Amino acid sequence: MKKMFGACLIGAALGLTALSGAAHAKTGATLAITLEPPHLDPTAGAPAAIDEIVYANVFEGLTRIDSQGLVKPGLAERWVIENDGLTYRFILREGVTFHDGATLEASDVKFSFERAVAEASENAQKGLFSAIDSVEAPDDRTVILKLNRKEGLLLWNLGWGDAVIVDPASAETNKTNPVGTGPFKFEDWARGDSIKLVRNPGYWGKASSLERVTFKVIDDAAAQVAALLAGDVDAIPNIGAPETVAQFEADPRFAVLKGTTEGETILSMNHRRPLLQDVRVRKAIQHAIDRKAIVDGAMFGFGTPIGSHFAPHSPAYTDLTGVTPYDPAKAKALLQEAGVAEGTKLVLKLPPPTYARRGGEIVAAQLAEVGFEVEQIPVDWGQWVSEVFKGEHDFDLTIVSHTEPLDIGIYARDEYYFGYENPAFKELMAKIDGVSDPAQRNTLYKEAQRILADDAVNGFLFQLAKVAVIRKELKGLWTNAPIQANDLTAARWE
Amino acid sequence: MIGFAIRRLAALVLTLLAASIVVFLALELLPGDAAQLLLGTEVRPDTLAALRSQLGLDRPAPVRYLEWIGGLAVGDLGISQVYRVPIWEMVRDRLAVSLPLAVLAFVLSTLIALPFGIAAAIRRGRVTDVLVMGFAQIGLAIPNFWFGILLILLFAVQLGWVGAGGFPGWQDGLRPGLQALILPALALALSEAAILSRMVRASMLETLGEDYVRTARAKGLSTRRIVVGHALGNAMIPIATLMGLQFAFLVAGAVIVENVFYLPGLGRLLLQAIFERDLILVRDLVLLLSGFVVLLSFLVDIAYGVIDPRLRRSGG
Repeated sequence: MKKMFGACLIGAALGLTALSGAAHAKTGATLAITLEPPHLDPTAGAPAAIDEIVYANVFEGLTRIDSQGLVKPGLAERWVIENDGLTYRFILREGVTFHDGATLEASDVKFSFERAVAEASENAQKGLFSAIDSVEAPDDRTVILKLNRKEGLLLWNLGWGDAVIVDPASAETNKTNPVGTGPFKFEDWARGDSIKLVRNPGYWGKASSLERVTFKVIDDAAAQVAALLAGDVDAIPNIGAPETVAQFEADPRFAVLKGTTEGETILSMNHRRPLLQDVRVRKAIQHAIDRKAIVDGAMFGFGTPIGSHFAPHSPAYTDLTGVTPYDPAKAKALLQEAGVAEGTKLVLKLPPPTYARRGGEIVAAQLAEVGFEVEQIPVDWGQWVSEVFKGEHDFDLTIVSHTEPLDIGIYARDEYYFGYENPAFKELMAKIDGVSDPAQRNTLYKEAQRILADDAVNGFLFQLAKVAVIRKELKGLWTNAPIQANDLTAARWE
Repeated sequence: MIGFAIRRLAALVLTLLAASIVVFLALELLPGDAAQLLLGTEVRPDTLAALRSQLGLDRPAPVRYLEWIGGLAVGDLGISQVYRVPIWEMVRDRLAVSLPLAVLAFVLSTLIALPFGIAAAIRRGRVTDVLVMGFAQIGLAIPNFWFGILLILLFAVQLGWVGAGGFPGWQDGLRPGLQALILPALALALSEAAILSRMVRASMLETLGEDYVRTARAKGLSTRRIVVGHALGNAMIPIATLMGLQFAFLVAGAVIVENVFYLPGLGRLLLQAIFERDLILVRDLVLLLSGFVVLLSFLVDIAYGVIDPRLRRSGG
């Protein structure tokens, strides 16, 4: 101890703030995660925290979504689309085994998909499989999916965590002891503290160079930063304290990865309220909002302003921030035209994430500038779901990030929480479903974005950024988050 | 003494029964449920209904209350709705962190507060007194989570002596576990020591002004014998009450410090369970913690009886 004390004093004197990272032949990596998953079965629940641990690490699907958001072969080595897009024939990889030693066979795929849509299933995304009419397994390595309609997104859908392939023998216990085919096996879960994965030596692909991966549950953003500085964790894949990023950028021990996510952060408006049914009022609200001020003030500059409900990194994106730019004078004129009195009250419900609570303060101030009186009500997710998303839809405005990939289709839903009803938009979405040509799809998506922007359906704020802070020598982590995952297949120390 | 204990025990059971009704009703009013939060916003209504029924959320409230209490009566805490593991296992794991943390903080706080408080009382108005009262003022003014962050910055980030947080468990022996708990225990102990040393000082001053102490002084006893032999025992009654409350707080209320040091303790589990609407877990935890507080005050009452025989006769 005395020796350590001396070494530390010298270290401190030399201005080295931490000694732990100085020399390491590290074989494992520790990542800080904010939320602990309730369980570890990605096919039985919505929490992103599940996928953030097991997606691509423990469980794999027929296809996989890569760091660029592209669909790549997963357990299916290749596929052919036949019968005018109504039949998909997948050929499975050879020599794939589950962590319990069982060999992957086509019947496992059939089992997994049928289990996902079964009545007793807890799959949170049954919609992903809605186009699948039947699953056949004519031999051990062939899977044939017959569709009831064309589904341009089928291969993408099968890459989701909700569509991973499980082993019939272990399916029921995956919640507490997940058994998949991935490069890491589940080892241990100390609830409230950490989840450990260990390298799978029998992995069909290139085995990971990491012997062990530990996910440490640290919900407090400041504690995550301290843990990284102290060398307790090697990476914060999604930093909750954007204000500390500048400090890490200046520190040669760390690399900062700034990427994008699928999270469109919007100021949702309740179209059931007569006031907000008026497109002039909605436009006035959008004109009153300075997106850049929100990104700077609430997110310390991380985030890209958006003018409709689409991710800027998508090839189908079109920049519509100019349709209703920040213009308080115009907002006031529109409100006057619509006969909205000065001091009209609006209730803004704010769920827990930083973007909502901090963003809400700024939105409220900006709306006050044009004459609204905004009451901010902080809610937790349980309240948000039951009061805003479901039930009475008791809100005027709310701020929420829609993190599902490619989710512009929510605007075509009947009775969705913000209550937008536009037959023309629904028609357009139905049309897109039947198109599989990417270029044609993109054109239609652009058209859809334009309709939403022109209608000022919601206040479109910004695309949520993914900012990761990582020890410089740890490579191979994702910069972007096209899906909510920490794919460590390629992670390594250099 | 036995009658006294039985009366207190009956009060304890009634208190817990009342607490169980209050916590059950309060949670019934909380909007949102575990099934909805688990399955998210994109789930189909029939899937949601199936899970709700599986978790028993669709049954009437009185039935659920009776099932819960019935289970508790035979020592069955039930299964967590979110984690799907037996609750007693979760509680056991969390107690392995929370109890040692509370004990450590309690011992530290007492070791600081007793000598400080006594010294300040004996040397009232002198430098020692001013220093102790100054320490108490600062200790009260510094929020424990902020003190915790300072400790982390110094001992974990700058010096690298210990980790910034987390808990390795006890399977590798005492040392790693204690190393993980020492900073959070210090963070918790500071303000508790501050409060306690003020109480010790005040209580000692009051006792030192009593006639029997003056008599003892007149008989020529040394300060040490007066303090240890005569004053301390009588001064202990309000001090013991406060210490009981403090220990209860340290077990149940360390949630902010647990967050700063990301310790898997009871407080953090309770908070998480509330956010996830794991209602069975919340109810069990609240009842266990209130049971613990009630039990502790029962023990303090018994301790009064031991310290002060008059209380036994009057029935407390």
